[in-house]
Amino acid sequence: MTLLDQFRLWLASIWPEWAAYVTPAIVGIVVVLAFVLTMVIVFIYFERRLLGRFQIRLGPNRLGPEGIFQPIATALKVLLKEDIVPAKADKVVHWLAPVIVFVPILLIFAVVPLHEGAIFADLNVGIVYVVAISSLSAVGIYSAGWASSNKYALIAALRTVAQMVSYELPVVLSILGVVLMVGSLSMNEIVDSQSIPFILLQPLGFIIFFLGTVAEMNRCPFDLLEADSEIVAGYHTEYSGMKFAMFYLGEYGHALAYSSIIATLFLGGWQGPLLPPIIWFLIKVVAVFFVIVWMRSTLPRLRVDQLMAFAWKALLPMAVINLFIVAVEVLWLPEALPWIMVVVNFAFAGVLILLWSKLFVPGGGRVEV
Amino acid sequence: MKFERYGIGIAKGMAVTFKHLFRPPITVQYPEEKLLVSRRIRGNELVWYPDKCTGCATCAKSCPQGNIEIVTHIGDENSYVVDKFEVDTGRCMFCGLCVESCPYEALAMGVGYERAQHRRGQLVLSKEELQLSEARRPSGYARPKIEPTLPRQTLLVDWDKGREEGGQKLSLVSLTKKRGRGV
Repeated sequence: MTLLDQFRLWLASIWPEWAAYVTPAIVGIVVVLAFVLTMVIVFIYFERRLLGRFQIRLGPNRLGPEGIFQPIATALKVLLKEDIVPAKADKVVHWLAPVIVFVPILLIFAVVPLHEGAIFADLNVGIVYVVAISSLSAVGIYSAGWASSNKYALIAALRTVAQMVSYELPVVLSILGVVLMVGSLSMNEIVDSQSIPFILLQPLGFIIFFLGTVAEMNRCPFDLLEADSEIVAGYHTEYSGMKFAMFYLGEYGHALAYSSIIATLFLGGWQGPLLPPIIWFLIKVVAVFFVIVWMRSTLPRLRVDQLMAFAWKALLPMAVINLFIVAVEVLWLPEALPWIMVVVNFAFAGVLILLWSKLFVPGGGRVEV
Repeated sequence: MKFERYGIGIAKGMAVTFKHLFRPPITVQYPEEKLLVSRRIRGNELVWYPDKCTGCATCAKSCPQGNIEIVTHIGDENSYVVDKFEVDTGRCMFCGLCVESCPYEALAMGVGYERAQHRRGQLVLSKEELQLSEARRPSGYARPKIEPTLPRQTLLVDWDKGREEGGQKLSLVSLTKKRGRGV
C-alpha cells in the first residue's frame, strides 16, 4: 500500500469516486516532477562546482551565495535564445526528438521509491519497466541526430544506437542478479530485502551495472555521442533554445534517474539509520553522482572500438558469469549466512576482474580493430 | 606480475583527481583579487614627468606610429615649455621605444593594465592625464632606479618550496583567505 493509495482511500470517503481517483495521480505527478526538476537543477550546480574543484578551479560562484542561482540563469539564457531549425531538417522529428528524450526519464521516476510507500506506482514489474522505458530515450537521440541532417549529428546518432544496445545487455544481466536474490521485480521489495546492501553482496554486479549505466547515460568516459573534440556537439549540434534545454535537462535527468536506480538496487534505497529515509536516499543519489563526476574529471574518452569491445568482451561475459554465480549461491547457500556470500562474491569479483584485465589487452595494451 | 594493467592505473588516476579537491583553487577572482604584475612590465600605460621633460621631442621622433604629439614654445630661460604632450594610446603598440630613447628619463611605462574606455577619443591622453598619479605609477622598464621600489610580482605557483626539497613540486600560493564568495 503506497502513500498515494492511502490518500486515495481517504479521499474516496469524502469525495466522489472519480475525483478521488484523479486527484492523487495529479498530486503524485506534481511531486515527482518537482522532485526531478529540483534535483536536476541541484545536479547541474553540483556538477559544475565539483568539476571546478577537481580541476583546481572554483566553478560558478558569482550569482547568489556561492553561485547557487547559476543554473537558473543558465536556464533563462537558454530559454531566451533563438530557436534555430536547419533548412533541410525533418521539422517534425526535429521538434519531437527532445520530448522523446526527456519524457522517458520522467517516466522512470514513477517506480523509484523515495521513502517507505512513497512511490508513484508500485508496479510488480518495476525494474523491467525501468529497463524498458530507459532505452526509449535512445530513439529520441537517434531521431535528433537523423532529423538534424548534419553529418556530425548523424555520426553521434549511430554511435548512440550502438552504445545503448550494447550496454543494455550487461546492465540487464546485472539487474537479473539482484532480482534473483530478491525474488521479485518490484522496486519496493528490492529495497525492503536489502538488510545488507547489494553492493556488498554483489560487488561485481554493481561494477558492471554502474559502468553500463554510465555508458547508457552517455557520461564521460563513454560520452562518444557528444564527443566535442570529435563531432562538434554530437546529436544536439543543430539544437538551440528550448529544445537544447530539453536535451540538457534530459542529460542530467538521466544521470539523476540512473543514480536513483543504482541507489535503489545496490545501496539500499531509502534505508539507513538515524536520518529520515528521504535524506538517506538523497545522500546515496548524490554519492553516486559524485562518483560519476569524479570519473568524468579523471578518465579520458574511449575510442569507438574500445567502447564496443569493453561492452561485448568484458562486461557481457563478466555479467553472465556473475549471474551464474549468484544463481548458484541463491540455490545452494543457506540464506541465514549472507556474510559468506559477501566474502565469496568479493573473491569472485577480484578474480574475475584480474582475469579479464589479463584477457582484455589484445596487442600488448593496444586494442586492434 | 605487473599490476598496471589490472585497473590500478585507473585507481591511481582517480586518486590524483581526488587529491585536487583539497587543493586551494588556482582561480584569481579578478575584480576582487588582483595579481601584481612584473616590476619591469612594458605594460599598457605611459607616465610622463613634466618637470624632467625638456620638450626635445626625441620620444616623438622615435615613435614608429607617430602617436606622440608635442607642441612647445621657447620660454623665459631659453628653454622649451611644453604646451601640448598628447599620446594616442589607441594606436600605441607599447613598444617602449619612446621610454628607451628619452634622454632625461621623463617618460616611463606604467604598471597599470586596466585602461579600457568607452570611446576611442578617451584613449588620446593629454599631458595632464599622463602625469604621475595614484592610479598611474611607473614600471621599472628601462628605468632601473624605479624597479626596486616596486612590489614583487605575485605568482600563482610557488616554485621555491619545491626547489628546496630537490624537485619541481608545485604548490599554490593562496592569494587571500576569502575565497569562493560571490560579488
